[in-house]
Amino acid sequence: MKGSIVKICGPTVHTDLQGLRLYERVTVKKLTGEVVRLHSKGAVIQVYEDTRGLGIGDEVESLDIPLSVTLGPGMLSSIYDGLQRPLETLQEKTGPFIKTVDVTEVFEIFKFDKPFEFIPNKNIGDTITKGEILGKIKEGNFYHYIYSSKDIDSKIKSIITENITQDTSLITFENGETIKAYQSWPVRIPRPFKKKISTYEPLITGQRNIDFLFSLAKGGTAIIPGGFGTGKTILEQSIAKFADVDIVIYVGCGERGNEMAELLEEFRELKDQKTNKPLLERTVLVVNTSNMPVAAREASIFTAVTIAEYYRDNGYDVLLLADSISRWAEALREISTSLEEMPGEEGYPTYLVSRLAAYTERAGVTDCINGLSGSLTMILSVSPPGGDFTEPVTQALLRNTGVFLMLDTGLAHRRHFPAINWFQSYSLYQENLDDFFCEHFSNNWKTIRNRCREILKKEETLREVAEIVGISGMQDSDRLLLQTAEKIRTKFLAQNAYSEDAYSHPNETIKIIENILNEHEKILEKLTQGLSLNEAFKEKRANDLKTEKAGENKDETK
Amino acid sequence: MRLSEHKYNSISAITGQLVFVENLIEAKIGEMAVIISPDKRYIEAEILEINNNTALLQVYGSTQGLDIKHTKVILQDSLKEIPLSREMLGRKFNGSFNPIDDLPMFFSGNWRQITGYPINPSARANPSEFIETGVSAIDGMNTLVKGQKLPIFSCAGLPSKELVTLILRNVRLSKNEKEFAVIFTALGITHNEYSYYIKALEKMQADYMAIINFADDPVMERLLAPRIALSAAEYLAFEENMDVLTIITDMSNYCEALREISTAREELQGRRGYPGYMYSDLAFLYERAGRIQNIEGSLTLLPVLTMPEDDITHPIPDLTGYITEGQIVLSREMHSNDIFPPIDVLPCLSRLMQKGIGEGQTRKEHRQISNRLYRHYAQGREHRKLEAIVGRDGMSEKDRLYLDFAFTFEKEFINQGMNSRGIDQTLDLALELMNRFNLD
Repeated sequence: MKGSIVKICGPTVHTDLQGLRLYERVTVKKLTGEVVRLHSKGAVIQVYEDTRGLGIGDEVESLDIPLSVTLGPGMLSSIYDGLQRPLETLQEKTGPFIKTVDVTEVFEIFKFDKPFEFIPNKNIGDTITKGEILGKIKEGNFYHYIYSSKDIDSKIKSIITENITQDTSLITFENGETIKAYQSWPVRIPRPFKKKISTYEPLITGQRNIDFLFSLAKGGTAIIPGGFGTGKTILEQSIAKFADVDIVIYVGCGERGNEMAELLEEFRELKDQKTNKPLLERTVLVVNTSNMPVAAREASIFTAVTIAEYYRDNGYDVLLLADSISRWAEALREISTSLEEMPGEEGYPTYLVSRLAAYTERAGVTDCINGLSGSLTMILSVSPPGGDFTEPVTQALLRNTGVFLMLDTGLAHRRHFPAINWFQSYSLYQENLDDFFCEHFSNNWKTIRNRCREILKKEETLREVAEIVGISGMQDSDRLLLQTAEKIRTKFLAQNAYSEDAYSHPNETIKIIENILNEHEKILEKLTQGLSLNEAFKEKRANDLKTEKAGENKDETK
Repeated sequence: MRLSEHKYNSISAITGQLVFVENLIEAKIGEMAVIISPDKRYIEAEILEINNNTALLQVYGSTQGLDIKHTKVILQDSLKEIPLSREMLGRKFNGSFNPIDDLPMFFSGNWRQITGYPINPSARANPSEFIETGVSAIDGMNTLVKGQKLPIFSCAGLPSKELVTLILRNVRLSKNEKEFAVIFTALGITHNEYSYYIKALEKMQADYMAIINFADDPVMERLLAPRIALSAAEYLAFEENMDVLTIITDMSNYCEALREISTAREELQGRRGYPGYMYSDLAFLYERAGRIQNIEGSLTLLPVLTMPEDDITHPIPDLTGYITEGQIVLSREMHSNDIFPPIDVLPCLSRLMQKGIGEGQTRKEHRQISNRLYRHYAQGREHRKLEAIVGRDGMSEKDRLYLDFAFTFEKEFINQGMNSRGIDQTLDLALELMNRFNLD
């Protein structure tokens, strides 16, 4: 079906082509687009590339498929744009700058530098059932499981195990039906699963703030809102490096190009702690920087989540990191404006809230159709204008997500990183995860955390008093508390992303805080015995020296 | 290609900088047009929107004197392009890229679109080479690297002009074997400021090109000037392998021009009347800075902007801060204490500093020195608040030491007048300061 352009307005194009379906993929003079609105005389198309140069009368053609991604082995360590075009291949075609490419040009989406091999579970002549695993393909450390999403009432006629390409039919049945190595899936439709399950297992991030104070559950969702310079990106990248998951999908949505270059370089060099292979080999990057076309930015987070769901369906723990959802919302607003829709709060379309809710619901722990179970966890950063958290995007996300990590400009200016505000942030998973932490790391996990919170809370009120009467005018026990709180802040909550300290195992995390609190209790005890704060510290120092010396002596006698 | 010239006299409406033309046979988005006024002035324009056979044109130049009956429009069948050549260096142009130095326009076969193309993220090289600006607060604590975009957030009446001059006077790259050029872009400046800047540029050691849009020049040219400047910078950096520093002052005037045009188009307004797409629009400019793998040259961007009402959460600094790799913030308080440059280092940041310092670039212990300076100074500033309440006498000796440190730090380290300091001088001074106070 072909038609032509009748109106062009920013990233949207109006056509007189009739008979299109909503969210169908079309080409507009060799550019990719998606149908976003239908009316009796034609349709409105959101174009995923620069619309400059388009003119009235240019051809619009229906492709009769929805906007989709192709899924299969060879995606890991790739860097895609918002439409799953590999940026490295694009670079070979158009050089260091991204220029418009003909949509009909075929892209090698997957990396075939090492040939993939199909290891079948089945033999010729066998029959199969829906969801049954028929074999697997190995990619690096991971397996892609091949199964049929429907019943096929026939016997296997042939199996191909080598030289797999994007179009290979791995299994052919006698009735002509085939099962392919690669499958296509529309990005706006969540991939199906048997059921969502609520298990409570923490996702260990290696960030003391998150693991200890605001724990994240596997299959959960977290948001990180913060003004500029509060360290959203660094925090997301640290999590991407150290999180205890199998696969990481990182979406750079409307952010800086240099950050992506840095991420690529680092992930090539850094090793995954579990497998000791480069981090890049467990990562897929989806990148649509702030200067790339706006409509593709809107699609990028859907492309990414579909890839994430695919790995989840292969039985892996997947972490999706998006930086930043605000840029996605802005793209949505820009498109909405060019469609002349009725604006809601701050010009965002009124469906912003429901779109975000539907998006975050794609996270979870699931039993998949093929009998495997996997999880998809989301961590989304938010860039509120002016650092004001009352804005629509933050507020919409707050309703549907489990962990809120608020980044504080004041802390960032004091160079306290990660600048997570310990009063405002929260985790809704905490209660359910405590058992796990107590069981696996320390029996006292919960009590220590409560004590830690208590001290930080008390500090706030004491600081107000101190500002009036001065530190010297305060009671010894209060001064001690202030000192301990400072220690918690500088030695425990602050965690330098550029040092060895960037990753902290929960065992280590609990040890650090336990030591700080134990020391506090010890000195507090001395104070109740009537010593002054200075005396108590002096005595403690003397004791420490003694134990140190004793230790040295022991070494010598050995 | 069109075989004949498409000339129309079917203008249906004119509002501000916008012209509507009807009954078009063929037109493209972004296509350039020439408008011929009744008094035979030729004005450039660009097609912004097309609806059936009506186009909306944005006029680059004064629309005064245009009428509906006699004004003609010629469509050019091409996007906005400019010629580029090394001969641009040493020249001065206006916001439409016409020479304003009384010399003839140069010739070149190299024509480029002024909007440029986005750099492919996988082709980017990681910026990591130190640039010495000669300013201690920048070199020592918020280091600039080649290919970075680092804005200066100023306030009305603060000496951002002098700071730019100070940087221009010294700016050179630590390993100076490559060619270096400055592209100076002024948006909406007064003739007074112009002569000040030109003096500074002429005193500089390096080649420069200036693109000047005066306060009384057409507002539309304010939107063109930075695009032209960056196209020229891209050409010199990525095709001629030069190290290019682009200075744009003042981006607030750019944003205001953007708002003016957007309002004329009756677009939906975002915060404070600025258009909702301002983030993307600014990103299209700022993101053109960077480095590319296997290309020697670099494009470093130093935009200057004025924070309206000294408010850092205002959309202009706010959106800029979200795109750029850090910011240098000037403070009115420092200025009133006679500190020059009046940089408040606490809200300052250079995201790429990590890569540009250390052994082989500046000095091995640079990071550590900077961290200690930050810690002590932040502590000192905290204590200043306390001092205001309890008074200096009510404070402990150690706390008073912090107070003195913060004071001396501002007076001796930040404050350097118009004298450039080398990186060694900056770091030595920092070490000497910390030894003098011995706070660790």
